[in-house]
Amino acid sequence: MTSQTDSLLKVRNLKTTFHSKGRTLRAVDGISFDVRAGEVLGLVGESGSGKSITLRSIIGLTRDYGSVEGNVYWKGEDLLARTDKQLQSVRGSQISMIFQEPMTSLNPLLSIGLQIEENLKAHTELDKRARKARAIELLDMVGIPSASSRLSDFPHQFSGGMRQRVMIAISLASNPEMLLADEPTTALDVTIQDQILQLLLSLAKNLNMAIVLVTHDLGVVAQTCDRVAVMYAGRLVETGSVRDVLKRPQHPYTLGLLKSVPENIPPAHHSFRFPARHQHWTHCRRAALSLPAASGRKMCVLVPNPR
Amino acid sequence: MTQFETLQTTQPKRKLPPRVKALLRPGFLLGFFILSGSIILAVFPAAFAPYDPNAFDFMAIQQAPSWVHPFGTDNLGRDTLSRVIWAYSVDMQIAFFATFFAMVIGIIVGSLVAYHGGFADVIFGRIVDVTITFPFLVLVIAVVAVLGPGLTNMYVAVTLVQWVYYARLTRAEIMTQMTSDYASAGRVMGYSSGRIIFRHLLPNAMTPLITFWMTDMALAILLGSSLGYLGLGAQPPQAEWGVLIAEGRNFITTAWWMSLMPGIAIVVTRLGFSLVGDSLADVLRPRGAS
Amino acid sequence: MSSLSYLVSRLLQIIPTFLLVMVVIFLLVRMLPGDPAIAMADAKATEAQLELIRQKLGLNEPLVMQFLYFVRNTLTGDMGTSILLKAPVSEVILERIPVTAFLTVYAVCLSVLIAGPLAFVAALNKNGSLDIAIRSGFQVGLSTPVFYIGLLLLTFLAAGLRLFPVGGYGATFLQHLHHLMLPALTVALYTSAIIMRNLRSAVIEVLDAEYVQFARSKGLSRSVILGRHVLRNALISTVTLLGLSIGNLMSGTLVTETVFAVPGLGRLMLEAIFARDYPLIQGLTLTFAVMVSLVFLLTDMVQAWLDPRLRLS
Repeated sequence: MTSQTDSLLKVRNLKTTFHSKGRTLRAVDGISFDVRAGEVLGLVGESGSGKSITLRSIIGLTRDYGSVEGNVYWKGEDLLARTDKQLQSVRGSQISMIFQEPMTSLNPLLSIGLQIEENLKAHTELDKRARKARAIELLDMVGIPSASSRLSDFPHQFSGGMRQRVMIAISLASNPEMLLADEPTTALDVTIQDQILQLLLSLAKNLNMAIVLVTHDLGVVAQTCDRVAVMYAGRLVETGSVRDVLKRPQHPYTLGLLKSVPENIPPAHHSFRFPARHQHWTHCRRAALSLPAASGRKMCVLVPNPR
Repeated sequence: MTQFETLQTTQPKRKLPPRVKALLRPGFLLGFFILSGSIILAVFPAAFAPYDPNAFDFMAIQQAPSWVHPFGTDNLGRDTLSRVIWAYSVDMQIAFFATFFAMVIGIIVGSLVAYHGGFADVIFGRIVDVTITFPFLVLVIAVVAVLGPGLTNMYVAVTLVQWVYYARLTRAEIMTQMTSDYASAGRVMGYSSGRIIFRHLLPNAMTPLITFWMTDMALAILLGSSLGYLGLGAQPPQAEWGVLIAEGRNFITTAWWMSLMPGIAIVVTRLGFSLVGDSLADVLRPRGAS
Repeated sequence: MSSLSYLVSRLLQIIPTFLLVMVVIFLLVRMLPGDPAIAMADAKATEAQLELIRQKLGLNEPLVMQFLYFVRNTLTGDMGTSILLKAPVSEVILERIPVTAFLTVYAVCLSVLIAGPLAFVAALNKNGSLDIAIRSGFQVGLSTPVFYIGLLLLTFLAAGLRLFPVGGYGATFLQHLHHLMLPALTVALYTSAIIMRNLRSAVIEVLDAEYVQFARSKGLSRSVILGRHVLRNALISTVTLLGLSIGNLMSGTLVTETVFAVPGLGRLMLEAIFARDYPLIQGLTLTFAVMVSLVFLLTDMVQAWLDPRLRLS
């Protein structure tokens, strides 16, 4: 009862399976987590761990490609039980999403003005003039200079960072209550990354918007998130407040991730110019083979190198 | 290393390699069946044709299909089945001769142009521009007009135009291959350009060329029969599918079999080439590419 | 960068290609054995008439000069006199251009109308039974020669059921549509097979693109996503293909005009070839090349209109 009111989004035992040429791949293997209103949740893990698929499964984008099981309660109502058409009123208006690649995620043939306005057209009653005014306001808000003159510009006329701002503007158009951010800074220059993150955070604060921030960068998590969920091989291995998880990681995989952050590497190892992420860890085949069923217990999938 | 080898040999059942599996697909099998059947008919028409394709029989004019004449007879009493079968040797010949020399010339020119570049490449670019500016058929029949109708002249005309397309494809493929390390390695070793092109680059560029050749042979049959139909290709009384259809054109309501049977032969043969071509494209595709 | 200056620069690019086109056409007639003047004239021409032609073509001068004469004559619209029709080649051709242009545009429209929806249906049911049925159908269409499709349509729909007139062009626009329906359909059945293949794979590719996923995440309706986001992007490659296959399309109209007795350029070309009417052959070959070049130009402009990335670079 209490969690029903506290949590905006409750994901329960979400499983996403893809079928290809007789083989099945379970990309998301029964994960559960909650997101409260206005909170920033970090979803971390390496590439291929199923973070992006999780986000896309929440708003039903993976349906065309594979099967999704479990429950995704949005304000108490199960989104997975809805048809694609019924989901349209939630997507973009209550839950928005931004993608990793600003280069490929905006339609190259349509002006950014149109790409903002089509969101407003789908979810608001605004007329053409009001939509235009709102579009300018949004571009202003995400920090695009001389916004009104750039509405008719096309994506290729913007830099990567600017495109990411445009994408944020589009996703915020209808004042969503939650933003799913799929590695929004990975494709950007380091200097731009920070700007975008700060922008996202301040917007979330001002608009009281929850964010699920997918990243593989623990530094980003430490800076921005309230809580963090660590994902490995389609499962959540650890969930908790950022402080707890980063200070006292319970699972060896989390520890591995932490150790892969350059600052955490003891000075003795600095002879390596580029510390590889898994330098200290190797896959333990025997452990992987005897994985316990998903029982909430921590799994041993990585063991330290003997050396 | 050794560990992996033992692992592989101890596998109880070896799966078929994907390339072999691609060859067992129904599409390929059907295409292969059609194509080999066509070749056999083309090489030994006499063994399969029940009658002399050019023998008039005025007692059996425009007879409907029956056990005696499975495809019926034409307006001169010639057996349509026999004419369709004999036409196999003409049309398969067209498929080969209208494409083979164009391919050989195109491959040689395309490789040389790609390898040496420079002025030759500029000239070649212009030739391509000019060639694609003409509708293919217009250029071919213009050449046929100058040389005169007939099969040999048709081969010459098609080769004069079509080599450009092979050369363009070869050039593009070789250019891609040339960026690879083994090409530079060859040059560092001091191999002659001929050796690098024909022993190293070309074999790696063959896949799209072979696929293109298969499609082109099918197109050549369509072209040959079109020209035959228009009276510019094979000349009557020679049995060629386009010629047969043209002969049956005026009797299409009374003796439909005269034009239908050769039409079916064209469609089936063309399908055979396409099916084999598509499957070969899958099979020959370099590993790792999807 | 205005579209006008773009157009001008594109037109300038065509000039060297066209000079070469004229060289090819020029050499084509010079390849004929014997005196080109005799080839270019009526069989009953007198020695005085032949001498006149020799002078006009510059046959007594070096080959380069002959070529320049040829270019000059062509540019001034003087392409000689048709032996077959006993009229100036330019006049004869100008009279027939609208017919072939009409037929070609008609065929393109029909093929897009046929291929477009089916490509979408096939792409959205990728590898489903509907997809396989559509693809197999088009595969058979692609395997059938144009003249044969034409012959079947002519026999059953025009001669048999009398739904359409046999041959001719008609006088009004509606009559053109009626008369050219079957010829256009004949060409379209072949062309649409090519378009369908291309558009289907383009749609499949675009459907997986990130910007389509992003558009979906915006909660747009399916029709907006397909119509605005998918269609436009998929069309780009199809327009390219359509432009590049205009040569094939015109080859198809050439055959089709002959089958349906349509009084266009293609049928004229064949008549000219059988009559060995070299001035007319020369003129027609050039006309076809001009038409193809214009279509290439048009393709570029449509692409620039569809794709803003091409507009500004």
